[in-house]
Amino acid sequence: MITSNKPNRLNKVLSYLLLVVLAVVILAPFFIGIWTSFLPTMDIAQGNFFSTKVSFDNYVAAFTKTPIVRYLGNSLVISTLTMLAQLVFCSMSAYAFVFLKFKYRNAIFILFLITMMLPFEAEIIPNFTTVKNLGMLDNYSVLLIPFLTSAFGTFMLRQAFMQTPTELKEAADIEGLNHFQIYWSIVLPYNKISMITLGAYSFLGAWNQYLWPMLTTFSNDSRLIQNGLRQLQSEETFNDWGMIQASAAIIVIPTIIVLFVGQHYFKSGMNEGAVK
Amino acid sequence: MLKSTTPTMVGSEAKAKKKRHSFSLNAKDKYFALLFLGPSLLLLSVFVFYPMFRTLYISMFLTNTLGKTTVFNGFGNYATLLSSPEYIASMGSTLFYVLAVTALTVSIGLLLANLASQKLAGIGIFRTLYSITMGVSVSVAAIFWLFIFNPSTGFFTIISNALHLPVINWLTDPKMAMWAVIITTVWMHLGFTFLILLGSISSVPTTLYEAASVEGASERRQFFKITIPMISPTLFFVSTITLIDSFKSFGLIDLITKGGPTNSTNMLVYRLYKDAFYSGNYGQASSEAIILTIIIAFFTFLQFKFLEKRVNY
Amino acid sequence: MSTILNQVSKQYSEKEDILKNVSAEIETGEFFVIVGPSGCGKSTLLRMIAGLTSISDGEISIDGQVVNDLQPKDRKLTMVFQSYALFPFLNVWDNVAFGLKARNIDQAEVHQRVNDALDMVNLSELKERKPRELSGGQRQRVALARAVASDAKLCLMDEPLSNLDAQLRIKMRQEIYQLQRKLGITLIYVTHDQVEAMTMADHIMVLNDHEVQQIGTPTEIYQQPANEFVANFFGTPLINLLPAQRVDDRTLNVEGDFEVKTEQKISENEVNVGIRPGELHVEASDELNANATVKSSEFLGDETIVYATMNSEHEVRVLIPGKAVFAPYEKVKITASGNVFLFDANHKRIPFESEELVNA
Repeated sequence: MITSNKPNRLNKVLSYLLLVVLAVVILAPFFIGIWTSFLPTMDIAQGNFFSTKVSFDNYVAAFTKTPIVRYLGNSLVISTLTMLAQLVFCSMSAYAFVFLKFKYRNAIFILFLITMMLPFEAEIIPNFTTVKNLGMLDNYSVLLIPFLTSAFGTFMLRQAFMQTPTELKEAADIEGLNHFQIYWSIVLPYNKISMITLGAYSFLGAWNQYLWPMLTTFSNDSRLIQNGLRQLQSEETFNDWGMIQASAAIIVIPTIIVLFVGQHYFKSGMNEGAVK
Repeated sequence: MLKSTTPTMVGSEAKAKKKRHSFSLNAKDKYFALLFLGPSLLLLSVFVFYPMFRTLYISMFLTNTLGKTTVFNGFGNYATLLSSPEYIASMGSTLFYVLAVTALTVSIGLLLANLASQKLAGIGIFRTLYSITMGVSVSVAAIFWLFIFNPSTGFFTIISNALHLPVINWLTDPKMAMWAVIITTVWMHLGFTFLILLGSISSVPTTLYEAASVEGASERRQFFKITIPMISPTLFFVSTITLIDSFKSFGLIDLITKGGPTNSTNMLVYRLYKDAFYSGNYGQASSEAIILTIIIAFFTFLQFKFLEKRVNY
Repeated sequence: MSTILNQVSKQYSEKEDILKNVSAEIETGEFFVIVGPSGCGKSTLLRMIAGLTSISDGEISIDGQVVNDLQPKDRKLTMVFQSYALFPFLNVWDNVAFGLKARNIDQAEVHQRVNDALDMVNLSELKERKPRELSGGQRQRVALARAVASDAKLCLMDEPLSNLDAQLRIKMRQEIYQLQRKLGITLIYVTHDQVEAMTMADHIMVLNDHEVQQIGTPTEIYQQPANEFVANFFGTPLINLLPAQRVDDRTLNVEGDFEVKTEQKISENEVNVGIRPGELHVEASDELNANATVKSSEFLGDETIVYATMNSEHEVRVLIPGKAVFAPYEKVKITASGNVFLFDANHKRIPFESEELVNA
């Protein structure tokens, strides 16, 4: 029996009220979107928002009449490959920066830092020419190859690797392990959390790509989901709101599930990067 | 957004590190270095460094519609740009957009984080709900909000009609279109900003608040005199990240307004894209790219410097 | 005009008692120490007095006013935290001024009080520094200055010295004691360190197992411990607690090892006898008369602790002046003076008859 504290109790009620109101405001676009995805487009068009003709028709239509499954598949493949490649290449360069001694190491590191200051958006003109000359347009390779590595990922892993206890490395040196062995069996396992965090980042980063895939892909075989949705929304089924909302829901629900599952890693990773 | 997430320690640790991992297989290190670093270095050279110089180079030329350089123009492209009222307007709307997005995202994120940092039963649910927009991609955000803003069948229109209020032409009124893009951007960024600020607020030692409450500071005062100063480095961090990210906005604009109406949302990257790939004016687009790079580099550098200084805090 | 705890209890859940029926009266101007092992609830009690933790049952009143429902800021007290709770972004001066500014005290007075407080703890020269530029002892002084600057007459301290090294702890102990005397404030001080309690307190409250074991002056606590726990908690080396059997009115047989002629009349057949290490004597002995074997001895300078195992297998500690001449495995004879405590089957001390008279 906790002694009641009147001003405290009132504060609590107000806090909950505010929390709920804000949650509703933030979630409203979801609710509206997902609700309308169950309604016939006719009803939506007539502003009959509280229609009772709820059905999965829009979802069926989205899956059967549009290439959304293909788009999703493309995005899934490209995002997964990008993630794996970045994990490999970023961790390797980070290892070099932390555990190897070589000429110009600091200079090269500064080069990486500078890279982080250059926006990819400003480099699309020559990059477009490059991939066009290499015959990579409208192909998985164009979505993958420029993003195999990332300066940010290297930097983030370098910061993490530097926290690896020196004793581990020294013990490995005494055991006579070579760099591949140290990298693979000591440094990577020790920095598992940071690797998972980077993996999540690079996956989401690739998933959210917009400008570059829009420029370099133009067939449904290689089009990614973000541009695919735009395609649906702008051309083929203009104003078929029900189906468009259903497509959006199909995309957003899995990402939100992934996000909730991986939330712990996101948080720790972000705090590592940001708030030390 | 992800690309610019942060250096925490640059200079000082680099020095410390020299000492820490100083010996071990030194002779062979350079071969391993080539092996470990080679692929990344090659990729960055082809897709970051080369295009940067190339962009700089093209920006000094006039080009034909295939992107071939024709006549050397010096800083002519830049001069044309900076004297073009259209470009100045684009820069102005970008600045307005960037500042509005940053101010709103950070202040709303701070409000949410402060609320969700309370120790209340079930607060975990709210923390999860508030971070939900992290899972929303550009196109989904655009579609959800497009429906809400849609002038004929949109949610806002339905509500306004039901309440007999004047209908706002979100997407056709230049001023409101800008706000439509701002609202959508803020909504999208909110989850990320909220999570980072929440992490920061939660790491403020509770004894500071206890000490303050014993000494007579009200909750409001505690927020301004303890929370804000304690999390100011993180506030700076999320502000610059949001700032940099909104300077680079493209997807939402393409999806929601396509730069219109009457160029009111024709911001830097969108304009760059149109000048290059619609108008084929590669020379001028390249000079726009260089200006964009300078802006982004400046803010990123600011962030690097600040975070480096803060290491000993 | 004092702080009164009346049957104060704290539960976090039905089953889990943090504090049970704590009652005490803390007089104005006294140095009151709450001492006990970790987890006994002493910090919780202090936080309840401060208003940082709610009270489940009972009443706390300060200066005649029940404060159960008052916010911390309305209880007119200050608190020094174990971690000092200094604001890292404020310099020393602003840290001290924080509370005064929060209470909207006028500028001139804030200046006066902060400067006086900093003078008092010898920090005037460092007032521009940030907490991170200070040593542990200096941070501690800032926290003290904050308490000094406030005009509150009641100050709470939660293990304020536990983050300092041993030498500094002794120095700060003296400073805190002098400060309390100089200001004439009531100080409620929580610690797990029996030495701090003994050296500083006017009154000590011993807490263990969520309950008050004893409240008394340091002398009372040491000379008349209420039970085995209190006897065991105070004094180094640890008191020897041994089972013993009654022989006659004034004689105890300690497990067949030796007999004690007590000053106190013995009324029960089975007791536990508590003998301070200084009340035991040890002498070299031949195999036949020996009742113990030396395990080891620790030379502390002007005295020596001898650890021995009695023939009955009980371990004992003996404190002897000077340097011991006993080697491990040496057979010795251990005897006791009559100045011992007797504890009953419930581990409570059996009082002297004279005490009973006084108490009656």
